[in-house]
Amino acid sequence: MTFTTNEIWLALPEIYLTTALCVVLLFDLFFATKNPGRTATLTLLVLVVGAVLASRQVIADRQVILGGMYVADRLSSLLKTGAFLFTAMALFYSRDYLARRGIQKGEYYVLSLTALLGVLVLASAANMVTLYVGVELLSLSLYALVAFDRDSGVAAEAAMKYFVLGAIASGTLLYGMSILYGMTGTLDLGALTARLGDSPGLGFTLAIAFIVSAIAFKFGAVPFHMWVPDVYQGAPTASAMMVATVPKLASFAMAFRFLAEGLMAQTPQWSQMLAILATVSVIAGNLIAIAQTSLLRMLAYSAIANVGFILFGFVAGSGAGFSSALYYTIAYVLMTLAAFAIVLISSRDGCEATELDHFKGLHQRDPLLAGAMAAVMFSTAGVPPFVGFWAKLQIIQALLASGHLTLALIAVVASVVGAFYYLRVVWLMYFEAPAEQPPLGKAPGMRLVLAINALAVLALGIMPEQLLALCRQVIPGG
Amino acid sequence: MQTTLLSLLIWLPIVGGFLVMALGARVAAARWLALLISVVTLALCVPLYAGFDGSTAAFQFQQNLPWIPAFNARYSIGVDGIALPLIILTAFITVPVIIAAWTSVTKRVAQYYAAFLIMEGLMIGVFSAMDALLFYFFWEAMLIPMFLIIGIWGGPRRIYATIKFFLYTFLGSVFMLVALVYMYLQTQDYSIAALQAMPLTLEEQKWIFLAFFAAFAVKVPMWPVHTWLPDAHVEAPTGGSVVLAAIMLKMGGYGLLRFALPIAPDAGRELDGFVITLSLIAVVYIGFVALVQQDMKKLIAYSSIAHMGFVTLGAVLAYDIVGATGSPAGAGMGLDGAMVQMISHGLISGAMFLCVGVMYDRVHSREISAYGGVINKMPIFGAFMVLFSMANSGLPGTSGFVGEFLVVLAAFKANFWYAALAATTLILGAAYTLWLVKRVIFGKVGNHHVAEMKDVDGREFLVLGVLAVSVVLLGVWPAPLLDMMRGSIEHLTQMILATKL
Repeated sequence: MTFTTNEIWLALPEIYLTTALCVVLLFDLFFATKNPGRTATLTLLVLVVGAVLASRQVIADRQVILGGMYVADRLSSLLKTGAFLFTAMALFYSRDYLARRGIQKGEYYVLSLTALLGVLVLASAANMVTLYVGVELLSLSLYALVAFDRDSGVAAEAAMKYFVLGAIASGTLLYGMSILYGMTGTLDLGALTARLGDSPGLGFTLAIAFIVSAIAFKFGAVPFHMWVPDVYQGAPTASAMMVATVPKLASFAMAFRFLAEGLMAQTPQWSQMLAILATVSVIAGNLIAIAQTSLLRMLAYSAIANVGFILFGFVAGSGAGFSSALYYTIAYVLMTLAAFAIVLISSRDGCEATELDHFKGLHQRDPLLAGAMAAVMFSTAGVPPFVGFWAKLQIIQALLASGHLTLALIAVVASVVGAFYYLRVVWLMYFEAPAEQPPLGKAPGMRLVLAINALAVLALGIMPEQLLALCRQVIPGG
Repeated sequence: MQTTLLSLLIWLPIVGGFLVMALGARVAAARWLALLISVVTLALCVPLYAGFDGSTAAFQFQQNLPWIPAFNARYSIGVDGIALPLIILTAFITVPVIIAAWTSVTKRVAQYYAAFLIMEGLMIGVFSAMDALLFYFFWEAMLIPMFLIIGIWGGPRRIYATIKFFLYTFLGSVFMLVALVYMYLQTQDYSIAALQAMPLTLEEQKWIFLAFFAAFAVKVPMWPVHTWLPDAHVEAPTGGSVVLAAIMLKMGGYGLLRFALPIAPDAGRELDGFVITLSLIAVVYIGFVALVQQDMKKLIAYSSIAHMGFVTLGAVLAYDIVGATGSPAGAGMGLDGAMVQMISHGLISGAMFLCVGVMYDRVHSREISAYGGVINKMPIFGAFMVLFSMANSGLPGTSGFVGEFLVVLAAFKANFWYAALAATTLILGAAYTLWLVKRVIFGKVGNHHVAEMKDVDGREFLVLGVLAVSVVLLGVWPAPLLDMMRGSIEHLTQMILATKL
């Protein structure tokens, strides 16, 4: 196999990240034994440079390189930029939290970087093997991150659950892939459609079922959602944030590369399965979230409901649908980062602010945090002038354009049901008197980034054009 | 031609609201700044009114900028004869709301004023949007400040009331959104003019009409989806009740006139019996419900529902008038009546809620039984209250008469029985309002709380006086308002009588 400079240039984000990862590992070993904060700083630096690098990649056309294993297109460039940026934000938000919990170790950052590498690989997967490598790289890093606080029983339990279920999901994915390989004799995602022919038969349906289940598991869609609430609640909140945010981009990439690109001609088969999963997810997620008393579990069920919306974009089965799913994913990650950041800032030593009651009267204790949280909640509920509204609007447009009126109606009614529990957070923060609780930490740097994050949720809601247009440009037919 | 006057009217209160919020604990400064902003906003309505030509249906003071090219949605705003009176009403009502809160709001003062200013801007945005997506944007965004106003400054059951308010309105609105998206996918254009002009089959029109109706009927509110209103009114602070009754309810009526009827005129013709039935139920049944209320705010809330029944009734009468008389001449009378009724009800219900607020500030009770003989201690206030109550029951010479009279007259042209039922409001309205006055204002001094009441101060006098003048002025001289609307109402009548099939 030969490489050209062009190929190296196209795969630069991964090459850069792998190198940087080794540097961070060694740096941590030699220069940060006493002060792990240094590793954090270096990691953030690496991520920012990576984001610039990925965004600077000018990719005019879709190019499949490295012997058909790797695809570079505008979508991969956008996803990678986003992944670098969001990982940087997540790690920045986690810094104080990890230090206070005594789990700010170099390995945390290295594992986050390997997880990120998995996301990048997935974003550029053109072959089932590449895809699988990406999935496993991401998943294994996340399992370890969830279990990172080794003295915590609940974290270990959550990690165990996540790992066992995740391993089964990886197994189903492999199983589906092997059936496809058996039918077509190729692992190349680009060649699947042509070799499958017009009526692939029962074996194909079986393969699709396995693959869709695996994707649904990685997204956390009902009925493969069992791990989500437990991981959100059990894992250290910083790790939960890692699980909740950046991997959503990876799940999007996985679904897009496999289903939308690889099996485009078989859209009717998989979109029916996804339609059922998505419908059940928005209904169950929104209903169960109402019953939660823990903010993190509520966010978990909210994530399940939002994943249902993202899957609705895929159900539409058109370029417009995929681009609306992409927009939704990016908007969702942005909002979720802010929500978790608020939980992290509100957490003290010995008091994790993970219950809804911890947020009572937050407005009087800390107007900035309450304001940011209210913006995120209204946004996730889909109320203008926040970005979440455009995300939902696009999904509804895509569903209607593809003739799924019933699904669109289910989606909007479910989002009204969902509005209740988002409003409840605002109600607790603004309408209730604060309970006796220690004052909140200063964390000026984090607050600044959080303010920018929340303002972005608002600004993208008032001026949605840029991101909308970008999401449409990177997806063919969007 | 591009003008920025309307943009200024929308964004000055919004930006000003955030400035007021930034003042935080500097309460006095926040009050004065809020007052200044609301007065300047009202002053900006003067050139708007002066430069407006009511003889044409064209949108004036237009501004048209690209907003979201991806959806072909534009930031396009303008006013016609239907939007202008409502915009002026919005700017006008906000000033007394801000003055009325001067001493009675003591908790989170700056935020209180900020919420009302931001809401004012958003409401003006709703009335001036010429793009359906922009309309929806303002329409939904407006829920947020109102949600906070009821929830933070409301009464004991405020949380229940505000969540109910939000969810009811949100549920209605999402159906409208689905209808808008459905139409956009055919026109590829979100401008309201394009939606009004697009051809639709009867089947499509019916569903679209019902989707809009879901949104607007909740907002108006019409029986049987009115139950959020009494709760919201009772729990909201005085200013919240005033804005809710005076302006927010009007958005439902405005939506019917701007969207539902012109976009789906044939569905309107098919379903007008349904709308008329619901409106008459609101007028008659809710009138009886109002009669038995023990709580002053609840009573006024139910009376609002009954009065808004006239708006929805007037809005759809045109079909029956044409059916009964065979000619479109005079078909616009119902629409005229609906519009006048909206403005008049805005002033009267606002004033009634302010009156209750004045009494509540002194006695801290909204129960009718907690009062009695107020006029003995507050003669000036008593005079105002009696005037507004007379207006509320539709006494000739007050604005309440003009709107109801026009609608009843139009109903007569359409069908005698419609008119007969609608006219029962003259009895029912008088009954519940005057009985309220009898129990609260007249009679012997009810208890020691009432005995300690002091008459209105200069600030309250100013607020109630301005509203009293406008109620009487509109009652004896409604011509300027009718002139303002003439061209637009004619155009609207043509649109809803034309067929799209």
